[in-house]
Amino acid sequence: MGEFRMPSLGADMEAGTLLLWKVQPGDRVKRGDIIAEVATDKGDIEIEVFEDGVVEQILVEPGSKVPVGTPLAVIRSDGEQVSVPAESAGPAAPQRALSEMGPPTELQPPPRPAADRRPRISPAARKLASDLGVDIDTVRGTGPGGAVQRADVERAAETKGALREVSERATDRTGMRRSIAAAMARSNREIPHYYLATSIDLSATLSWLETENEKRSIKERLLPAILMVKAVAKALGAVPELNGYWSEDRHQPQESIHIGFAVSLREGGLIAPAIHHADRKSLDELMEAMRGLIERTRAGRLRSSEMTDATITVTNLGDLGVEAVYGVINPPQLALVGFGKITDRPWAENGAVGVRPVVTATLAADHRATDGRQGAQFLEALKRHLQEPASL
Amino acid sequence: MKPVSSRGTRLPVGREHALHLLRTMLLIRRFEEKSAELYSAMKIRGFLHLYIGEEAVAVGVTEALEPQDAVVATYREHGHALARGIAAGPIMAEMYGKQEGCSRGRGGSMHIFDAKTRFYGGNAIVGGGLPLAVGLALAEKMRGTNAVACCFFGEGAVAEGEFHESMNLAQLWNLPVLFACENNLYAMGTALALSETVTDMTRKAAGYDVRAEAVDGMDVLAVEAAAKKAVAMVRAGNGPFLLELRTYRFRAHSMFDPELYRKKEEVEEWKKRDPIVTFAGRLEDEELLDDKGLQGIETSVGAEVTEAVAFAEAGTWEPSDQLERFVYSDRRE
Amino acid sequence: MEVTYREAMREAIREALQKDDRVFLMGEDVGRYGGCFAVSKGLLEEFGPERIRDTPLSEAAFVGAGIGAALGGMRPIVEIMTVNFSLLALDQIVNNAATYLHMSGGQFHVPLVIRMATGGGKQLAAQHSHSLEGWYAHIPGIKIVTPATIEDARGMLATALADPDPVLIFENSTLYNRKGQLAPEAGAVDIERARVHRAGRDVSLLTYGASLFKSLDAAAALAEEGIEAEVIDLRTLRPLDDETFIGSVTRTHRAVIVDEGWRSGSISAEISARLMEKAFYELDGPVERICSAEVPMPYASHLEQAALPNVERIVSTVRNVVRTHG
Repeated sequence: MGEFRMPSLGADMEAGTLLLWKVQPGDRVKRGDIIAEVATDKGDIEIEVFEDGVVEQILVEPGSKVPVGTPLAVIRSDGEQVSVPAESAGPAAPQRALSEMGPPTELQPPPRPAADRRPRISPAARKLASDLGVDIDTVRGTGPGGAVQRADVERAAETKGALREVSERATDRTGMRRSIAAAMARSNREIPHYYLATSIDLSATLSWLETENEKRSIKERLLPAILMVKAVAKALGAVPELNGYWSEDRHQPQESIHIGFAVSLREGGLIAPAIHHADRKSLDELMEAMRGLIERTRAGRLRSSEMTDATITVTNLGDLGVEAVYGVINPPQLALVGFGKITDRPWAENGAVGVRPVVTATLAADHRATDGRQGAQFLEALKRHLQEPASL
Repeated sequence: MKPVSSRGTRLPVGREHALHLLRTMLLIRRFEEKSAELYSAMKIRGFLHLYIGEEAVAVGVTEALEPQDAVVATYREHGHALARGIAAGPIMAEMYGKQEGCSRGRGGSMHIFDAKTRFYGGNAIVGGGLPLAVGLALAEKMRGTNAVACCFFGEGAVAEGEFHESMNLAQLWNLPVLFACENNLYAMGTALALSETVTDMTRKAAGYDVRAEAVDGMDVLAVEAAAKKAVAMVRAGNGPFLLELRTYRFRAHSMFDPELYRKKEEVEEWKKRDPIVTFAGRLEDEELLDDKGLQGIETSVGAEVTEAVAFAEAGTWEPSDQLERFVYSDRRE
Repeated sequence: MEVTYREAMREAIREALQKDDRVFLMGEDVGRYGGCFAVSKGLLEEFGPERIRDTPLSEAAFVGAGIGAALGGMRPIVEIMTVNFSLLALDQIVNNAATYLHMSGGQFHVPLVIRMATGGGKQLAAQHSHSLEGWYAHIPGIKIVTPATIEDARGMLATALADPDPVLIFENSTLYNRKGQLAPEAGAVDIERARVHRAGRDVSLLTYGASLFKSLDAAAALAEEGIEAEVIDLRTLRPLDDETFIGSVTRTHRAVIVDEGWRSGSISAEISARLMEKAFYELDGPVERICSAEVPMPYASHLEQAALPNVERIVSTVRNVVRTHG
């Protein structure tokens, strides 16, 4: 028996509004199926289920806004006994069943309604936590009945040295802006960033790309950005410490390499959905994945895992003419790689100056997890991979 | 007390004044008939209480008043408003609910107000207007004017404590109030004899030492004469006066009333004493009016009513964002 | 200058009578008896029976006459002995005083002042101990003021008389003997704003009338425990000065309302609702209310005291609201 819960689609997501169910009780679902849509501050998102089974019970009706973690539905795993008599409905049934049906050992209580679990948090505390970027679920309440009050949030924020940052909170009122503001303020507050940069001569790479693209239809052509993503993924193989999370006060490198690719939205704001297992995908697969991702991001139809799984972020502001990007890490990730515009620059090599297409790659990394030395190794590996496109 | 009547005597007023009285009564009659029609057509809503049959009372009493006098009326007050000189157009527009109405559409049929003629409503709580009239009279007395306050109320109101309190206070303080009790025999559907032990209003007044007289309310000349006498006494500082105006309402209490409480024969019997028909007949008998003259009055009154309806139709709705106006005054002293 | 609340009120009436010929006082026993709470004692001798009018026991008639006189250009002060008797004039207050301006489309305003004693605490039992000011505050078209301090007893009447609309002044009868300092030049005060009587950071005590002093006593006791209560005298129950009490709660994040009226459908319920509507995200805990027990007021002293808000209840309620279980 599993509970399908309102997923946390980002460190800054507190709640979501269930928009619609794509399944109903009795439907068979398998891992990866999209079974619901949820509206968040960042847009509407398709939510996938992470286990195989049968939908036993829908707990939250469309239109309800519930906090992250609230059970939305009960999924009975394959092989699990039917726990509630088929003809009964609703949470009252098991009690009736106790007296009327077989031995009680066969029965399990229904899931507790979400309301029971709702923490006691005062409205003022909730607002302050949101303003300060404090994760309210981590705050210990000291008010009546364990309620979280303003003072508790202030204490939690002080611990993180957050209070002085209040004035930095976003003034833009839109939810997206607020979410970004909260995440970025938290990042800036919590993560000791260090920055490294390197310039990479792309002459060979670009001519390789030109040749490659001649073999492809216009639609399938590879963009330089794809090479960069793939190169980042490869370079992470060499410096795995940069791939993963800083969470619960410790460094948690991840094996899988899911690259968050920053996509700016037409209406403002940005999302960095994940390209899963970027290191294992071919360039063409990556290109296709990225196209789909950008399309779905802008249509507001991202999958939940795409929203949460990124282990590092790549941002490319080259198309906007920027030379170099010194980014802010998207918590709880460990690093962010930025690429600027590929420009023709004077380039000295072997004692002669020529003009070469050059890109500046930067690394913003969490100093709690890695040091400059590892960062430098990463940039070196990145340069190597990017200059050997055939290896990508 | 036997009601005073002018019947059997020679006409005590001149022709011009007599025709004015007739025209005003006819204006009220035609205006209200039109109102009933417009109510059925759903142009007018809420409660609509018609005065038809009682016109001689409002016209006769109002004739006795001066412009500086204050008038307090009931929810059956179209007749009083018209007799007092409020233009038919703004009254009709008020019933339409238009902002050109005399109460800007905030009052409707039951709450006609007009500051220019000192017309203080339009009171829909039976008996509620009497203390107000006492207060208006108190103000006149304290300010040393010679204005009086005239309060119209039905015989149903005498069952209310406010009637008794007001009679007592007005007499106690010697205030210039004319209490005009329109006794049409029914408080909605309850006959006077079913609700009062003493059905002679003048005897009730006697209980407070208030001077009183009963008048035939279907006889406009008798009403006018009695009212003039009463107002003169009041204005002279002799305290209040109660006029009992014995009359009858020909129409139902309001538009939605099947009249289960009285017999058709009784209504028909009273209609023979129609104040307009009998007065017009009397003027014809005395050769002060002929068919052509009556037709001329009808035409003129009809035009005035048509014009009032046109005014109401052309009126505008106050924007809803003005809803909360007139709860407190905009101005301060 | 030390004066009683009663003397301050009398001085206010005297000044109004002196300044404006249109002003007169009318009510039961306001003249020869001197007022049932002796507020108007001596005024008959000074101003004569035309302006200090003893009325029959006819609340509907003399309140209605007050409305009529106001419509007729006078500035009457109508005294109703106690709020319970005002119910006999409810028709005049609610159906006439409150509606005339509106029904007439703005043509007729009613510059009337009605004063009445309110409140319990003197063992006068169920028919003489009501606090219905919050109930009257339900009615649009009238204004409800509740002078608690000597300054307000002295200053609210003049402002009420200058107001073009009907103003009801509720004088808590336990305050008449209360003494306080009054500046010799004291005069008219506004009847629009609530007043912060004591500043504090931990909780806002929102109150009016006689409960103001209970709340101030409670705040003093709480201060000794390190709890700083802000005490707000609402002063006017209609229209409510939202800005002031919401501003206070925005600073303290906690509100306790002390209201001598019954809890259900009370002014405290209205204030609580407005806090939810306008300051929900400022609240660090539920709004608490201390009201009179929901019984007709009993006669026996210990029962009456148990029914009314008192200092101990305010202190313990505030303590619970502010307390944290660190």
